[in-house]
Amino acid sequence: MYAFDFEKPKTVAEAAAALAREDAMPLGGGQTLIPSLKQHLAAPSALVSLTGIAEMRGVCTGDDGALCVGGATPHAAVAADAAGKYPALAALAGNIGDPAVRNRGTIGGSLANNDPAADYPAAVLGSGATIVTNNRAIAADDFFEGLFTTALEPGEIIVEVRFPVPERAAYAKFQQPASRFALTGVFVAKTADGVRVAVTGASEDGVFRWAEAEEALSENFSADAIAGLSVSAEGMVGDLHGTPAYRANLVKVMTQRAVRSA
Amino acid sequence: MTKVTMTVNGRAVSGEVEGRTLLSAFLREGLGLTGTHVGCDTSQCGACVVHVDGKAVKSCTVFASDVDGASVATIEGMANPDGTLGRVQQAFQDHHGLQCGFCTPGMVMSAAALLAENPKPSEADVRHYLEGNICRCTGYHNIVKAVLAASGQDVSGMAAE
Amino acid sequence: MPKDHGIGASVKRREDVRFLMGLGKYTDDMAIAGQAHAVFVRSQVAHGRINKIDASDAAAMPGVLCVLTGEDFKDVGGNPTGWLINSRDGTPMREPKRPALAHGKVRHVGDAYAVVIAETYAQAKEAAEAIVADIEELPAIVDMAAAVADTSNRVHDEIPDNLCYDWGWIEDNRAAVDEAIRNAPHVTTLELVNNRLVPNAMEPRASIGEYFPGTGDYKLTTTSQNPHLTRLLIAAFVMGIPENKLTVVAPDVGGGFGSKIYHYGEEAVVLTAARKLGRPVRWTAERSESFLSDAHGRDHVTKIELACEKDGTFIAFRTETMANVGAYLSNFATVTPTFLHGTLMAGPYKVPNVYVNVKTVFTNTAPVDAYRGAGRPEATYSLERVIDKMCRELGLDPFEVRRKNFITTDMFPYTTPVGLAYDTGDYHATLDKAMEMADVAGFEARRAASAAKGKLRGMGLSTWIEACGIAPSHLVGILGSRVGLYDAATVRVNATGNISVMTGAHSHGQGHETVFAQIVADKLGVPESSVEIVHGDTSKIPFGMGSYGSRSLAVCGSAVTKAIDKIVAKGKKIAAHMLEAAEEDIAFENGSFTVAGTDKAKSFGEIAFSAYVPHNYPLETLEPGLEETAFYDPANFTYPAGAYICEVEVDAETGKVDVAAFHCADDFGNIMNPMVVEGQVHGGVGQGIGQALCENTVYDENGQLLSGSYMDYAMPRADDVPFYNVDYSCQTPCTHNPLGAKGCGEAGAIGSPPAVVNAVIDALQRGGHTHVTHIDMPVSPARVWAAIQG
Repeated sequence: MYAFDFEKPKTVAEAAAALAREDAMPLGGGQTLIPSLKQHLAAPSALVSLTGIAEMRGVCTGDDGALCVGGATPHAAVAADAAGKYPALAALAGNIGDPAVRNRGTIGGSLANNDPAADYPAAVLGSGATIVTNNRAIAADDFFEGLFTTALEPGEIIVEVRFPVPERAAYAKFQQPASRFALTGVFVAKTADGVRVAVTGASEDGVFRWAEAEEALSENFSADAIAGLSVSAEGMVGDLHGTPAYRANLVKVMTQRAVRSA
Repeated sequence: MTKVTMTVNGRAVSGEVEGRTLLSAFLREGLGLTGTHVGCDTSQCGACVVHVDGKAVKSCTVFASDVDGASVATIEGMANPDGTLGRVQQAFQDHHGLQCGFCTPGMVMSAAALLAENPKPSEADVRHYLEGNICRCTGYHNIVKAVLAASGQDVSGMAAE
Repeated sequence: MPKDHGIGASVKRREDVRFLMGLGKYTDDMAIAGQAHAVFVRSQVAHGRINKIDASDAAAMPGVLCVLTGEDFKDVGGNPTGWLINSRDGTPMREPKRPALAHGKVRHVGDAYAVVIAETYAQAKEAAEAIVADIEELPAIVDMAAAVADTSNRVHDEIPDNLCYDWGWIEDNRAAVDEAIRNAPHVTTLELVNNRLVPNAMEPRASIGEYFPGTGDYKLTTTSQNPHLTRLLIAAFVMGIPENKLTVVAPDVGGGFGSKIYHYGEEAVVLTAARKLGRPVRWTAERSESFLSDAHGRDHVTKIELACEKDGTFIAFRTETMANVGAYLSNFATVTPTFLHGTLMAGPYKVPNVYVNVKTVFTNTAPVDAYRGAGRPEATYSLERVIDKMCRELGLDPFEVRRKNFITTDMFPYTTPVGLAYDTGDYHATLDKAMEMADVAGFEARRAASAAKGKLRGMGLSTWIEACGIAPSHLVGILGSRVGLYDAATVRVNATGNISVMTGAHSHGQGHETVFAQIVADKLGVPESSVEIVHGDTSKIPFGMGSYGSRSLAVCGSAVTKAIDKIVAKGKKIAAHMLEAAEEDIAFENGSFTVAGTDKAKSFGEIAFSAYVPHNYPLETLEPGLEETAFYDPANFTYPAGAYICEVEVDAETGKVDVAAFHCADDFGNIMNPMVVEGQVHGGVGQGIGQALCENTVYDENGQLLSGSYMDYAMPRADDVPFYNVDYSCQTPCTHNPLGAKGCGEAGAIGSPPAVVNAVIDALQRGGHTHVTHIDMPVSPARVWAAIQG
């Protein structure tokens, strides 16, 4: 790793000030950032740890009934503390990486990184959540902008993520055998307004909503409802773990499995 | 360089570190606690697992500065006060849960964290919890058995004693 | 009650205590005053000509002590390969020089061409990036068939067709095998890939070089499975320093699986730099470096044909293999695909005709060498897969076909058509045992239960044999080995009666410190706690050939046994003197020397003390001291064998395979420590399941390694494998070593891959996907799904 200054502010305001420095980078749990720093893929002047900001940690219920997760809340805390209110989200969080990763990795870090095979983007997009930063609130549909790209401005901090809690929801993940990221993961959420289906791991453009399935499932929330649909392999990821056609198949299979377990 | 202070295996320690100093490096090079091993650079093998404030973390993927003030437990602190092997350690020896010993410190620390969360895990619980700890020697058989035995469960009926 | 000590007891491992306490001392754990840090600069292209390396910026960076490049090593020797193989036409193999640092050309991604030594690791790493290398990229040679066909593009300029050798075994069989296949009632043909694996010992390679100017001595602390061989190679071939001025220490080593047998260039570089700088120089690989630069394993592309009668009686096997050796010849690279592979192509079967052709090919990839099993897993996989396919084609029962073709117990010693002389075995016994363990009769009920869950269930069988305990020096010498393959042990009885045993074998997980102590204590009638096993330090141990090829017990254990016999003989001489009796009247039993027919006795401790306080010895006939060394050179290989049965469940929608059950019935001859034996089998099977289901090493057409980290190289995890059901009660002891031991380290990795793949094919066939007759390893979800789609 190249040398950098390490800062650990206590408040969001202090963190924002620290991130104003040129080439400063925010540090969530570091479970992705630190390995990339080891490979010399980034050379920040300073790392601003967000793990010491009390106002960004924890799970609570908002006035509107939404489940609010602080941006610096580790996955393990979401798995434990969201289990009663939003079990599908808790289950997803409880299956990210491995236990040690879940004790450090944070929801804000995961979303800001927007790895195309990460789990949380599927939950956020599938739930129609809102990403609250130190500057504004961003709807999930506006947040994800392709591989490793989001609507966040430089220095902008994810303070909280607000999840409206659906009537039924589930996440079905097929693991990439080596990394244990999602080879394909599908989050399905049924609300009074309809069904949302968000797919991670499969597309070359990162997390996306599967519109045809949403339509079909909004009519009839059952695995059979999408039995007749097919997913095009075009635009799907092809790599040593699977062809585009294989991932297209997994999109459908995992959607059906998510619906069955929702 | 900045100064960090933490409690390691119950002992107050401090040292000068750079921002980029990893907890694993602080333990190994700063404190000479070389039981914590580094087996990969992508945060996956788990040989470096220690406990920070009671929770398992990969010490190669945490900056020492980020856990300033924390209480850290490493493999060197897992023995009984009289110097004999602790419960999880003893189960690993009794059930041949290690061969080359390199992944073992991380395995023991992960196993101890599991048992703290889940005192009577099933076989599937153990296998799932150890997903982030890679062992190349044992085929995991005797590791899983050792963890189940450490939880006080009878492992005598398991395949191939 | 099972035994609680001595030979045959599941004694808990003594080395575990330090490992479990965090008190093991691996190479990277050693901090040495004044140490400097090395970072290697590795090629990012697979193939290129080095025009110029400009290290001036790097050398001027903070903390940098020196920069060395291939130019600094161009006049020193290369790292040789240990085995000369001749081609079918009698010409010797092509053997390019393997320099410590690449010179002239880089030949694979990760090929080190420079090293930076600096005060700190971070300084060295940053300076390494400042080295400006003008490397003219050349087309990468990755595919073996293309490598041989295209004579214009060469890994080594002096080798026109990239072919190391074209080997036939046994060439005299060739015509008869061709004829047999032409005339056979049935021929099954299978083309397959034995996938390239990265050994992935959990401890990355590491080396520390020291130089002591006062004496001119060097010391290398390194991650090695055989420190004496490393010393010999460095001293005699690479650096040209006297062997007695170099000490090599392999301390606690975190697994090897073959990858740490070999001498690597980094070892010579840290020694050279240590001398140049007058400071200790250390290097520890990052895991990503390990992926790029450790010797890989397997990587065969094979066509095998099985000729048989309609009833499944074997007539002949014919194999054509291309074996990838990578960019350079690693130390055992040439023997692995030949004599460790071709000689096993009769399996445990009484097949009359066998011929094997192996073309070994240079490519712009990391060197390939022995990895757990080394050639024998490749042989077993080819045989057991083609037999399974034949059974399906002819509608025969795979269990019955094996039975029909097994060599029977009345046929030993049995010489195969590929030149090995099996001493003993009982293949029916292990197959019967495996079938009993697997409850073969109950399979249909289990299949129905799986089907009710939406899963396809299948059962796969593999019967395997290997030649291990390598090896008889007289035999391997005839076959081209440049070394002997004996091992050695020194048993030193100290004056106070406790015992130090120095072994040539090295333990990097196998448990020698416990198991060898069991043997010594058992044979000398002393407590195990009084026996200490010393290994891994060339300044302490006799010249042994190290640990690999399931040889530690069969070869070094036999050397220990021989040395103990000498100790007892010497003890009898001493006892005869002390008891004033004739030497031939002295008996030794339970740790006591007695005069036959009397109550006169001396304890082992009294004899030991006397040996070192020889106040009234007849020095003409009795030397003081009680220390003996023995070298043991085996008369033959040992031939462990067994039968493995695997059951899998396949999720046809995703292609995911779960191993539902795995049963191993092995014959390892006599067992020293059952607990350790089980552990060895578990580990081997775990690796074999890894090869079968998830591990793969993939280079793209440019020679870039796509599976270069644990993000893409799928190591088996705890939740990928089941509990294994292991049995070793079928024991036909080895007939030619004093322990009757055969070796168990590689068994699991040899026998398991075909059992897994056969089970997957069985599941798909039973599930109606009858068009699927083969899937190459790793049988990954994507591949299974694609196979089902057709």
